[in-house]
Amino acid sequence: MNLPLLQVKNVSYTYHTKAGETPALSHISFSVFPGEFVAIVGPSGCGKSTFLDMLCGLLKPAFGELLLNGTPLSMSNTNIGYMLQKDHLFEWRTIYSNMLLGLEIQRRVTPEAKKHVENLLENYGLYKFRNSKPSQLSGGMRQRAALIRTLALDPDLLLLDEPFSALDYQTRLSVGDDIGTIIRREGKTAILVTHDISEAVSMADRVIIFSNRPAFVQKIIDIKFSMTERTPMASRNAPEFKTYFNEIWKELNVHA
Amino acid sequence: MPDLHSVSTEQKHYLQAQKRNIRLIQCFRILLLIFFLGLWEITARLGILDSFIYSSPSQILDMMFKMISDGSLAKHVSVTLTETLISFALVTLLGIFCAVILWIFPRLSSILEPYLVVLNSLPKSALAPLLIVWLGSNMKTIIIAGISVAIFGAVLNLYTGFCETDPDKLKLIQTLGGNKKDALIKVILPASVPLILSVMKVNIGLSLIGIVIGEMIGSKQGLGYLIIYSSQVFQLTTMIMAIVILCIIAVLLYGFISLLEKYYLKRHC
Repeated sequence: MNLPLLQVKNVSYTYHTKAGETPALSHISFSVFPGEFVAIVGPSGCGKSTFLDMLCGLLKPAFGELLLNGTPLSMSNTNIGYMLQKDHLFEWRTIYSNMLLGLEIQRRVTPEAKKHVENLLENYGLYKFRNSKPSQLSGGMRQRAALIRTLALDPDLLLLDEPFSALDYQTRLSVGDDIGTIIRREGKTAILVTHDISEAVSMADRVIIFSNRPAFVQKIIDIKFSMTERTPMASRNAPEFKTYFNEIWKELNVHA
Repeated sequence: MPDLHSVSTEQKHYLQAQKRNIRLIQCFRILLLIFFLGLWEITARLGILDSFIYSSPSQILDMMFKMISDGSLAKHVSVTLTETLISFALVTLLGIFCAVILWIFPRLSSILEPYLVVLNSLPKSALAPLLIVWLGSNMKTIIIAGISVAIFGAVLNLYTGFCETDPDKLKLIQTLGGNKKDALIKVILPASVPLILSVMKVNIGLSLIGIVIGEMIGSKQGLGYLIIYSSQVFQLTTMIMAIVILCIIAVLLYGFISLLEKYYLKRHC
Protein backbone atom coordinates (compact mmCIF):
# COMPACT_ATOMS: atom_id res chain seq x y z
CA MET A 1 0.00 0.00 0.00
CA ASN A 2 1.37 3.45 -0.91
CA LEU A 3 1.62 6.40 1.42
CA PRO A 4 -1.54 8.42 2.06
CA LEU A 5 -1.62 11.87 0.48
CA LEU A 6 -3.69 13.24 3.32
CA GLN A 7 -3.89 12.04 6.90
CA VAL A 8 -6.49 13.51 9.21
CA LYS A 9 -5.66 12.64 12.81
CA ASN A 10 -8.11 13.25 15.59
CA VAL A 11 -9.07 16.73 14.40
CA SER A 12 -11.50 18.91 16.35
CA TYR A 13 -12.73 22.45 15.79
CA THR A 14 -14.85 24.87 17.79
CA TYR A 15 -16.44 28.12 16.65
CA HIS A 16 -16.24 31.06 19.01
CA THR A 17 -18.83 33.81 18.91
CA LYS A 18 -20.10 36.33 21.44
CA ALA A 19 -23.10 34.13 22.14
CA GLY A 20 -20.86 31.22 23.09
CA GLU A 21 -18.88 28.43 21.59
CA THR A 22 -20.14 25.85 19.14
CA PRO A 23 -18.22 22.64 18.72
CA ALA A 24 -18.28 21.91 14.98
CA LEU A 25 -15.97 18.93 14.49
CA SER A 26 -14.99 16.29 17.01
CA HIS A 27 -12.14 13.82 16.68
CA ILE A 28 -12.19 13.34 12.90
CA SER A 29 -9.72 10.78 11.56
CA PHE A 30 -9.27 9.28 8.10
CA SER A 31 -6.78 9.08 5.25
CA VAL A 32 -6.94 9.78 1.54
CA PHE A 33 -4.64 8.00 -0.92
CA PRO A 34 -3.27 9.42 -4.17
CA GLY A 35 -5.75 9.25 -7.03
CA GLU A 36 -8.66 8.58 -4.74
CA PHE A 37 -12.00 10.38 -4.96
CA VAL A 38 -13.54 10.74 -1.53
CA ALA A 39 -16.96 12.20 -0.81
CA ILE A 40 -18.03 13.55 2.56
CA VAL A 41 -21.76 13.54 3.20
CA GLY A 42 -23.61 14.69 6.25
CA PRO A 43 -26.65 16.62 7.39
CA SER A 44 -26.57 20.30 6.51
CA GLY A 45 -24.75 22.49 8.98
CA CYS A 46 -22.72 19.60 10.35
CA GLY A 47 -19.38 21.25 9.72
CA LYS A 48 -18.44 19.77 6.34
CA SER A 49 -17.46 23.11 4.85
CA THR A 50 -15.59 24.03 8.03
CA PHE A 51 -13.60 20.89 7.52
CA LEU A 52 -12.65 21.86 3.95
CA ASP A 53 -11.68 25.38 5.08
CA MET A 54 -9.36 23.69 7.54
CA LEU A 55 -7.81 21.46 4.88
CA CYS A 56 -7.21 24.54 2.78
CA GLY A 57 -5.44 26.27 5.64
CA LEU A 58 -8.09 28.98 6.08
CA LEU A 59 -8.85 27.68 9.58
CA LYS A 60 -6.58 26.00 12.09
CA PRO A 61 -7.77 22.88 13.92
CA ALA A 62 -8.17 23.38 17.67
CA PHE A 63 -6.86 19.86 18.28
CA GLY A 64 -5.40 17.15 16.14
CA GLU A 65 -3.16 17.03 13.12
CA LEU A 66 -3.45 17.34 9.38
CA LEU A 67 -0.62 15.73 7.42
CA LEU A 68 -0.02 16.12 3.71
CA ASN A 69 2.45 13.57 2.35
CA GLY A 70 3.59 13.08 5.92
CA THR A 71 4.33 16.76 6.72
CA PRO A 72 2.06 19.05 8.74
CA LEU A 73 -0.28 21.15 6.62
CA SER A 74 1.25 24.51 7.53
CA MET A 75 4.74 23.39 6.49
CA SER A 76 3.75 21.31 3.51
CA ASN A 77 4.38 22.47 -0.04
CA THR A 78 1.66 20.23 -1.41
CA ASN A 79 -0.62 22.23 -3.67
CA ILE A 80 -4.29 22.30 -2.77
CA GLY A 81 -7.05 23.44 -5.11
CA TYR A 82 -10.40 24.58 -3.72
CA MET A 83 -13.59 24.75 -5.74
CA LEU A 84 -16.35 26.78 -4.12
CA GLN A 85 -20.13 26.47 -4.38
CA LYS A 86 -20.42 29.24 -6.91
CA ASP A 87 -18.00 29.74 -9.78
CA HIS A 88 -17.12 33.35 -8.82
CA LEU A 89 -15.74 34.08 -12.26
CA PHE A 90 -14.95 37.79 -12.37
CA GLU A 91 -17.14 39.69 -14.79
CA TRP A 92 -14.40 42.28 -15.41
CA ARG A 93 -12.06 39.62 -16.77
CA THR A 94 -12.32 37.43 -19.84
CA ILE A 95 -12.58 33.67 -19.36
CA TYR A 96 -8.92 33.26 -20.23
CA SER A 97 -7.74 35.91 -17.78
CA ASN A 98 -10.05 34.43 -15.12
CA MET A 99 -8.21 31.14 -15.65
CA LEU A 100 -4.90 32.89 -14.95
CA LEU A 101 -6.09 34.41 -11.64
CA GLY A 102 -4.49 31.80 -9.38
CA LEU A 103 -1.26 31.79 -11.37
CA GLU A 104 -1.10 35.60 -11.17
CA ILE A 105 -1.60 35.56 -7.41
CA GLN A 106 1.07 32.90 -6.92
CA ARG A 107 3.34 34.69 -9.41
CA ARG A 108 3.61 31.60 -11.55
CA VAL A 109 2.51 32.98 -14.92
CA THR A 110 5.04 31.34 -17.23
CA PRO A 111 4.75 30.41 -20.90
CA GLU A 112 4.43 26.74 -19.85
CA ALA A 113 1.67 27.54 -17.35
CA LYS A 114 -0.18 29.53 -20.03
CA LYS A 115 0.19 26.61 -22.43
CA HIS A 116 -1.21 24.31 -19.75
CA VAL A 117 -4.26 26.59 -19.31
CA GLU A 118 -4.79 26.78 -23.06
CA ASN A 119 -4.61 22.99 -23.29
CA LEU A 120 -7.15 22.61 -20.51
CA LEU A 121 -9.48 25.11 -22.22
CA GLU A 122 -9.06 23.24 -25.49
CA ASN A 123 -9.56 19.79 -23.97
CA TYR A 124 -12.70 20.82 -22.16
CA GLY A 125 -14.37 22.77 -24.94
CA LEU A 126 -13.91 26.31 -23.67
CA TYR A 127 -11.13 27.47 -25.99
CA LYS A 128 -13.47 29.29 -28.33
CA PHE A 129 -14.90 31.16 -25.32
CA ARG A 130 -11.50 32.28 -24.02
CA ASN A 131 -12.16 35.92 -24.89
CA SER A 132 -15.80 35.88 -23.75
CA LYS A 133 -17.18 37.42 -20.59
CA PRO A 134 -18.35 34.93 -17.92
CA SER A 135 -21.97 36.12 -18.34
CA GLN A 136 -21.92 34.81 -21.92
CA LEU A 137 -21.45 31.24 -20.67
CA SER A 138 -24.09 28.81 -19.41
CA GLY A 139 -24.11 27.74 -15.77
CA GLY A 140 -22.54 24.41 -16.62
CA MET A 141 -19.77 25.93 -18.70
CA ARG A 142 -19.03 28.44 -15.95
CA GLN A 143 -18.60 25.66 -13.42
CA ARG A 144 -16.29 23.88 -15.84
CA ALA A 145 -14.32 27.12 -16.21
CA ALA A 146 -14.10 27.35 -12.40
CA LEU A 147 -12.65 23.83 -12.35
CA ILE A 148 -10.08 24.74 -14.99
CA ARG A 149 -9.13 27.81 -12.94
CA THR A 150 -8.42 25.43 -10.05
CA LEU A 151 -6.64 22.86 -12.23
CA ALA A 152 -4.45 25.59 -13.74
CA LEU A 153 -2.45 25.56 -10.50
CA ASP A 154 -1.89 21.84 -10.95
CA PRO A 155 -3.08 20.94 -7.43
CA ASP A 156 -2.17 17.62 -5.83
CA LEU A 157 -5.39 17.63 -3.88
CA LEU A 158 -8.72 19.04 -5.05
CA LEU A 159 -11.34 20.17 -2.55
CA LEU A 160 -14.89 20.56 -3.85
CA ASP A 161 -17.39 22.32 -1.62
CA GLU A 162 -20.84 21.42 -2.99
CA PRO A 163 -19.75 22.74 -6.39
CA PHE A 164 -23.06 21.84 -8.05
CA SER A 165 -25.56 22.98 -5.45
CA ALA A 166 -26.13 26.35 -7.14
CA LEU A 167 -27.21 24.68 -10.40
CA ASP A 168 -30.66 23.41 -11.32
CA TYR A 169 -31.21 19.66 -11.19
CA GLN A 170 -30.86 18.99 -14.91
CA THR A 171 -27.61 20.94 -15.19
CA ARG A 172 -26.36 19.46 -11.94
CA LEU A 173 -26.52 15.94 -13.34
CA SER A 174 -24.65 16.77 -16.52
CA VAL A 175 -22.13 19.08 -14.86
CA GLY A 176 -21.51 16.51 -12.13
CA ASP A 177 -20.85 13.93 -14.83
CA ASP A 178 -18.64 16.37 -16.68
CA ILE A 179 -16.56 17.48 -13.69
CA GLY A 180 -16.29 13.95 -12.30
CA THR A 181 -15.00 12.69 -15.62
CA ILE A 182 -12.48 15.52 -15.96
CA ILE A 183 -11.11 14.93 -12.46
CA ARG A 184 -10.69 11.20 -13.14
CA ARG A 185 -9.07 11.83 -16.49
CA GLU A 186 -6.60 14.27 -14.94
CA GLY A 187 -5.87 11.64 -12.29
CA LYS A 188 -6.48 14.07 -9.43
CA THR A 189 -7.06 13.22 -5.80
CA ALA A 190 -10.26 14.87 -4.71
CA ILE A 191 -12.46 15.42 -1.68
CA LEU A 192 -16.05 16.32 -2.47
CA VAL A 193 -18.35 17.72 0.19
CA THR A 194 -22.04 17.33 -0.58
CA HIS A 195 -25.42 16.68 1.00
CA ASP A 196 -26.59 14.93 -2.14
CA ILE A 197 -26.25 11.19 -1.54
CA SER A 198 -26.59 10.20 -5.18
CA GLU A 199 -23.92 12.70 -6.18
CA ALA A 200 -21.57 11.21 -3.60
CA VAL A 201 -22.20 7.60 -4.66
CA SER A 202 -21.94 8.36 -8.36
CA MET A 203 -18.61 10.17 -8.11
CA ALA A 204 -16.66 8.77 -5.18
CA ASP A 205 -14.49 5.76 -4.44
CA ARG A 206 -15.25 6.16 -0.78
CA VAL A 207 -18.01 7.95 1.07
CA ILE A 208 -17.33 9.31 4.54
CA ILE A 209 -20.46 9.98 6.54
CA PHE A 210 -20.35 12.82 9.06
CA SER A 211 -22.80 12.82 11.98
CA ASN A 212 -24.84 15.76 13.20
CA ARG A 213 -22.92 18.62 14.77
CA PRO A 214 -20.44 18.30 16.39
CA ALA A 215 -19.52 16.03 13.52
CA PHE A 216 -17.58 12.80 13.94
CA VAL A 217 -16.94 10.14 11.31
CA GLN A 218 -20.01 7.98 11.60
CA LYS A 219 -19.12 5.52 8.91
CA ILE A 220 -16.85 5.05 5.89
CA ILE A 221 -18.28 3.14 2.95
CA ASP A 222 -16.19 1.87 0.04
CA ILE A 223 -17.96 2.26 -3.26
CA LYS A 224 -17.14 -0.42 -5.83
CA PHE A 225 -18.79 -0.76 -9.20
CA SER A 226 -18.31 -3.68 -11.56
CA MET A 227 -18.07 -1.50 -14.69
CA THR A 228 -14.72 -1.06 -16.43
CA GLU A 229 -14.79 2.66 -17.18
CA ARG A 230 -16.47 4.57 -14.45
CA THR A 231 -18.28 7.83 -15.08
CA PRO A 232 -20.78 9.43 -12.70
CA MET A 233 -23.61 8.94 -15.19
CA ALA A 234 -22.80 5.25 -15.75
CA SER A 235 -22.56 4.77 -11.99
CA ARG A 236 -26.06 6.11 -11.52
CA ASN A 237 -27.36 3.37 -13.83
CA ALA A 238 -25.36 0.55 -12.24
CA PRO A 239 -27.28 -2.03 -10.19
CA GLU A 240 -25.08 -1.43 -7.13
CA PHE A 241 -26.04 2.25 -7.03
CA LYS A 242 -29.31 1.74 -5.21
CA THR A 243 -27.75 -0.46 -2.54
CA TYR A 244 -25.13 2.14 -1.71
CA PHE A 245 -27.70 4.90 -1.77
CA ASN A 246 -29.93 3.09 0.70
CA GLU A 247 -27.06 2.22 2.97
CA ILE A 248 -25.98 5.85 3.25
CA TRP A 249 -29.57 7.02 3.54
CA LYS A 250 -30.09 4.71 6.54
CA GLU A 251 -26.85 5.85 8.15
CA LEU A 252 -27.82 9.49 7.86
CA ASN A 253 -31.22 8.85 9.37
CA VAL A 254 -30.04 6.84 12.35
CA HIS A 255 -29.63 9.85 14.57
CA ALA A 256 -32.01 12.20 12.83
CA MET B 1 -31.56 39.45 -33.02
CA PRO B 2 -34.80 38.56 -34.77
CA ASP B 3 -34.91 39.03 -38.48
CA LEU B 4 -36.46 42.41 -39.33
CA HIS B 5 -38.69 40.92 -42.01
CA SER B 6 -40.18 38.41 -39.62
CA VAL B 7 -41.38 41.04 -37.12
CA SER B 8 -45.11 40.63 -36.70
CA THR B 9 -47.50 43.54 -37.28
CA GLU B 10 -48.45 43.53 -33.60
CA GLN B 11 -44.80 43.98 -32.68
CA LYS B 12 -44.50 46.83 -35.20
CA HIS B 13 -47.54 48.54 -33.73
CA TYR B 14 -46.13 48.10 -30.26
CA LEU B 15 -42.78 49.63 -31.23
CA GLN B 16 -44.49 52.51 -33.01
CA ALA B 17 -46.65 53.25 -29.99
CA GLN B 18 -43.52 53.25 -27.81
CA LYS B 19 -41.76 55.68 -30.13
CA ARG B 20 -44.79 57.96 -30.30
CA ASN B 21 -44.94 58.05 -26.52
CA ILE B 22 -41.28 59.09 -26.22
CA ARG B 23 -41.70 61.78 -28.85
CA LEU B 24 -44.79 63.12 -27.07
CA ILE B 25 -42.92 63.38 -23.77
CA GLN B 26 -40.01 65.24 -25.36
CA CYS B 27 -42.44 67.57 -27.12
CA PHE B 28 -44.15 68.50 -23.85
CA ARG B 29 -40.82 69.06 -22.12
CA ILE B 30 -39.79 71.63 -24.72
CA LEU B 31 -43.25 73.22 -24.80
CA LEU B 32 -43.20 73.61 -21.02
CA LEU B 33 -39.90 75.51 -21.19
CA ILE B 34 -41.13 77.74 -24.03
CA PHE B 35 -44.39 78.39 -22.20
CA PHE B 36 -42.57 79.31 -18.98
CA LEU B 37 -40.06 81.61 -20.69
CA GLY B 38 -42.82 83.16 -22.83
CA LEU B 39 -45.06 83.83 -19.84
CA TRP B 40 -42.13 85.38 -17.94
CA GLU B 41 -41.19 87.62 -20.89
CA ILE B 42 -44.76 88.76 -21.61
CA THR B 43 -45.68 89.46 -18.00
CA ALA B 44 -42.43 91.41 -17.56
CA ARG B 45 -43.11 93.47 -20.67
CA LEU B 46 -46.71 94.16 -19.73
CA GLY B 47 -45.55 95.33 -16.33
CA ILE B 48 -47.38 92.58 -14.42
CA LEU B 49 -43.99 91.44 -13.10
CA ASP B 50 -41.56 94.10 -11.89
CA SER B 51 -38.68 93.49 -14.27
CA PHE B 52 -36.28 95.30 -11.95
CA ILE B 53 -36.70 92.52 -9.40
CA TYR B 54 -37.71 89.58 -11.59
CA SER B 55 -35.76 90.52 -14.73
CA SER B 56 -36.83 88.85 -17.98
CA PRO B 57 -35.43 86.25 -20.40
CA SER B 58 -34.51 88.90 -23.01
CA GLN B 59 -32.70 91.05 -20.43
CA ILE B 60 -30.81 88.01 -19.17
CA LEU B 61 -29.82 87.06 -22.71
CA ASP B 62 -28.66 90.62 -23.42
CA MET B 63 -26.58 90.62 -20.25
CA MET B 64 -25.08 87.30 -21.20
CA PHE B 65 -23.98 88.59 -24.62
CA LYS B 66 -22.59 91.74 -23.05
CA MET B 67 -20.54 89.79 -20.52
CA ILE B 68 -19.39 87.32 -23.14
CA SER B 69 -18.14 90.13 -25.39
CA ASP B 70 -16.23 91.94 -22.64
CA GLY B 71 -14.72 88.62 -21.49
CA SER B 72 -15.89 88.87 -17.87
CA LEU B 73 -18.21 85.88 -18.10
CA ALA B 74 -15.46 83.61 -19.43
CA LYS B 75 -13.26 84.63 -16.49
CA HIS B 76 -15.91 83.83 -13.86
CA VAL B 77 -16.93 80.56 -15.50
CA SER B 78 -13.36 79.37 -15.97
CA VAL B 79 -12.50 80.14 -12.33
CA THR B 80 -15.51 78.24 -11.01
CA LEU B 81 -14.97 75.38 -13.43
CA THR B 82 -11.26 75.04 -12.63
CA GLU B 83 -11.86 75.08 -8.89
CA THR B 84 -14.68 72.54 -9.22
CA LEU B 85 -12.68 70.14 -11.37
CA ILE B 86 -9.61 70.32 -9.12
CA SER B 87 -11.63 69.75 -5.96
CA PHE B 88 -13.58 66.95 -7.67
CA ALA B 89 -10.38 65.21 -8.77
CA LEU B 90 -8.90 65.51 -5.29
CA VAL B 91 -12.11 64.26 -3.63
CA THR B 92 -12.14 61.23 -5.90
CA LEU B 93 -8.48 60.32 -5.35
CA LEU B 94 -8.51 61.13 -1.63
CA GLY B 95 -11.83 59.33 -1.17
CA ILE B 96 -10.56 56.12 -2.75
CA PHE B 97 -7.27 56.37 -0.86
CA CYS B 98 -8.94 56.87 2.54
CA ALA B 99 -11.51 54.13 1.90
CA VAL B 100 -8.69 51.71 0.99
CA ILE B 101 -6.79 52.62 4.17
CA LEU B 102 -9.93 52.05 6.26
CA TRP B 103 -10.51 48.71 4.52
CA ILE B 104 -6.93 47.58 5.13
CA PHE B 105 -7.06 48.52 8.83
CA PRO B 106 -10.47 47.48 10.19
CA ARG B 107 -9.56 48.55 13.71
CA LEU B 108 -8.72 52.06 12.50
CA SER B 109 -12.07 52.22 10.72
CA SER B 110 -13.91 51.15 13.89
CA ILE B 111 -12.12 53.89 15.83
CA LEU B 112 -12.84 56.58 13.23
CA GLU B 113 -16.38 55.57 12.33
CA PRO B 114 -18.30 57.86 14.76
CA TYR B 115 -16.16 60.85 13.77
CA LEU B 116 -16.76 60.23 10.08
CA VAL B 117 -20.49 59.91 10.64
CA VAL B 118 -20.61 63.18 12.59
CA LEU B 119 -18.52 65.02 10.00
CA ASN B 120 -20.67 63.62 7.21
CA SER B 121 -23.97 64.64 8.83
CA LEU B 122 -22.70 68.16 9.55
CA PRO B 123 -24.13 70.70 7.07
CA LYS B 124 -20.96 71.23 5.05
CA SER B 125 -21.60 74.87 4.29
CA ALA B 126 -20.94 75.49 8.00
CA LEU B 127 -17.27 74.72 7.52
CA ALA B 128 -16.63 77.17 4.68
CA PRO B 129 -16.52 80.43 6.75
CA LEU B 130 -14.16 78.77 9.21
CA LEU B 131 -11.88 77.64 6.40
CA ILE B 132 -11.78 81.18 4.99
CA VAL B 133 -10.74 82.56 8.39
CA TRP B 134 -8.14 79.86 8.91
CA LEU B 135 -6.65 79.66 5.45
CA GLY B 136 -7.31 83.10 3.99
CA SER B 137 -9.44 83.94 1.00
CA ASN B 138 -7.65 82.44 -1.95
CA MET B 139 -8.22 79.75 -4.53
CA LYS B 140 -6.68 77.04 -2.33
CA THR B 141 -9.23 77.70 0.40
CA ILE B 142 -12.11 77.61 -2.06
CA ILE B 143 -10.90 74.25 -3.37
CA ILE B 144 -10.60 72.92 0.17
CA ALA B 145 -14.13 74.14 0.87
CA GLY B 146 -15.25 72.15 -2.18
CA ILE B 147 -13.42 69.08 -0.90
CA SER B 148 -14.86 69.44 2.60
CA VAL B 149 -18.39 69.22 1.27
CA ALA B 150 -17.90 65.98 -0.63
CA ILE B 151 -15.09 64.04 1.01
CA PHE B 152 -16.74 62.49 4.08
CA GLY B 153 -19.69 61.12 2.16
CA ALA B 154 -17.36 59.80 -0.51
CA VAL B 155 -15.16 57.97 2.01
CA LEU B 156 -18.13 56.48 3.85
CA ASN B 157 -19.88 55.35 0.67
CA LEU B 158 -16.77 53.82 -0.83
CA TYR B 159 -15.76 52.11 2.41
CA THR B 160 -19.23 50.65 2.87
CA GLY B 161 -19.13 49.44 -0.72
CA PHE B 162 -15.72 47.83 -0.24
CA CYS B 163 -17.01 46.00 2.85
CA GLU B 164 -20.05 44.70 0.97
CA THR B 165 -17.90 42.81 -1.54
CA ASP B 166 -19.01 39.17 -1.71
CA PRO B 167 -17.03 37.42 1.07
CA ASP B 168 -16.89 34.28 -1.08
CA LYS B 169 -14.95 36.19 -3.72
CA LEU B 170 -12.43 37.14 -1.05
CA LYS B 171 -12.38 33.51 0.09
CA LEU B 172 -11.61 32.50 -3.49
CA ILE B 173 -8.54 34.75 -3.43
CA GLN B 174 -7.49 33.16 -0.13
CA THR B 175 -7.91 29.64 -1.48
CA LEU B 176 -5.74 30.59 -4.44
CA GLY B 177 -3.05 31.60 -1.94
CA GLY B 178 -3.59 35.35 -2.11
CA ASN B 179 -3.16 37.90 0.68
CA LYS B 180 -4.96 41.14 1.46
CA LYS B 181 -3.12 43.06 -1.24
CA ASP B 182 -4.25 40.53 -3.86
CA ALA B 183 -7.81 40.79 -2.56
CA LEU B 184 -7.65 44.58 -2.90
CA ILE B 185 -6.14 44.65 -6.37
CA LYS B 186 -7.86 41.63 -7.90
CA VAL B 187 -11.31 41.91 -6.31
CA ILE B 188 -12.18 44.99 -4.25
CA LEU B 189 -11.02 47.69 -6.67
CA PRO B 190 -12.21 46.17 -9.97
CA ALA B 191 -15.51 45.13 -8.39
CA SER B 192 -16.00 48.67 -7.09
CA VAL B 193 -15.58 50.53 -10.38
CA PRO B 194 -19.36 50.95 -10.84
CA LEU B 195 -19.61 52.18 -7.24
CA ILE B 196 -16.72 54.59 -7.73
CA LEU B 197 -18.42 55.99 -10.83
CA SER B 198 -21.72 56.52 -9.03
CA VAL B 199 -19.93 58.16 -6.09
CA MET B 200 -18.18 60.41 -8.62
CA LYS B 201 -21.55 61.41 -10.01
CA VAL B 202 -22.63 62.60 -6.58
CA ASN B 203 -19.27 64.23 -5.85
CA ILE B 204 -19.17 66.45 -8.91
CA GLY B 205 -22.41 68.11 -7.80
CA LEU B 206 -21.27 68.40 -4.18
CA SER B 207 -17.92 69.87 -5.22
CA LEU B 208 -19.72 72.52 -7.23
CA ILE B 209 -21.88 73.37 -4.19
CA GLY B 210 -18.78 73.72 -2.01
CA ILE B 211 -17.01 75.89 -4.56
CA VAL B 212 -19.97 78.24 -4.99
CA ILE B 213 -20.36 78.61 -1.20
CA GLY B 214 -16.64 79.26 -0.91
CA GLU B 215 -16.74 81.86 -3.67
CA MET B 216 -19.73 83.55 -2.08
CA ILE B 217 -17.91 84.25 1.16
CA GLY B 218 -14.28 84.49 0.24
CA SER B 219 -13.51 85.30 -3.35
CA LYS B 220 -13.31 88.13 -5.86
CA GLN B 221 -14.10 85.98 -8.88
CA GLY B 222 -16.19 83.02 -9.94
CA LEU B 223 -19.94 82.54 -10.35
CA GLY B 224 -20.55 82.36 -6.59
CA TYR B 225 -18.90 85.77 -6.22
CA LEU B 226 -20.92 87.07 -9.17
CA ILE B 227 -24.19 86.02 -7.49
CA ILE B 228 -23.34 87.64 -4.14
CA TYR B 229 -21.90 90.78 -5.74
CA SER B 230 -24.90 91.33 -8.00
CA SER B 231 -27.31 90.80 -5.11
CA GLN B 232 -25.46 93.48 -3.13
CA VAL B 233 -25.68 95.99 -5.98
CA PHE B 234 -29.22 94.85 -6.88
CA GLN B 235 -28.26 93.68 -10.36
CA LEU B 236 -30.84 90.90 -10.45
CA THR B 237 -30.43 90.25 -14.16
CA THR B 238 -26.76 89.39 -13.62
CA MET B 239 -27.62 87.28 -10.62
CA ILE B 240 -30.25 85.20 -12.40
CA MET B 241 -27.92 84.83 -15.38
CA ALA B 242 -25.20 83.49 -13.08
CA ILE B 243 -27.66 81.00 -11.61
CA VAL B 244 -28.72 79.86 -15.09
CA ILE B 245 -25.09 79.34 -16.07
CA LEU B 246 -24.48 77.37 -12.85
CA CYS B 247 -27.42 75.18 -13.86
CA ILE B 248 -25.88 74.56 -17.26
CA ILE B 249 -22.45 73.79 -15.77
CA ALA B 250 -23.99 71.36 -13.27
CA VAL B 251 -25.88 69.52 -15.99
CA LEU B 252 -22.83 69.32 -18.27
CA LEU B 253 -20.52 68.02 -15.53
CA TYR B 254 -23.06 65.44 -14.39
CA GLY B 255 -23.72 64.45 -17.97
CA PHE B 256 -20.02 63.92 -18.59
CA ILE B 257 -19.66 61.51 -15.65
CA SER B 258 -22.88 59.72 -16.67
CA LEU B 259 -21.45 59.25 -20.13
CA LEU B 260 -18.29 57.81 -18.62
CA GLU B 261 -20.39 55.44 -16.53
CA LYS B 262 -22.49 54.35 -19.48
CA TYR B 263 -19.39 53.71 -21.53
CA TYR B 264 -17.89 51.58 -18.77
CA LEU B 265 -21.05 49.57 -18.15
CA LYS B 266 -21.47 48.94 -21.86
CA ARG B 267 -17.94 47.64 -22.17
CA HIS B 268 -17.76 45.57 -19.01
CA CYS B 269 -21.22 44.34 -18.11
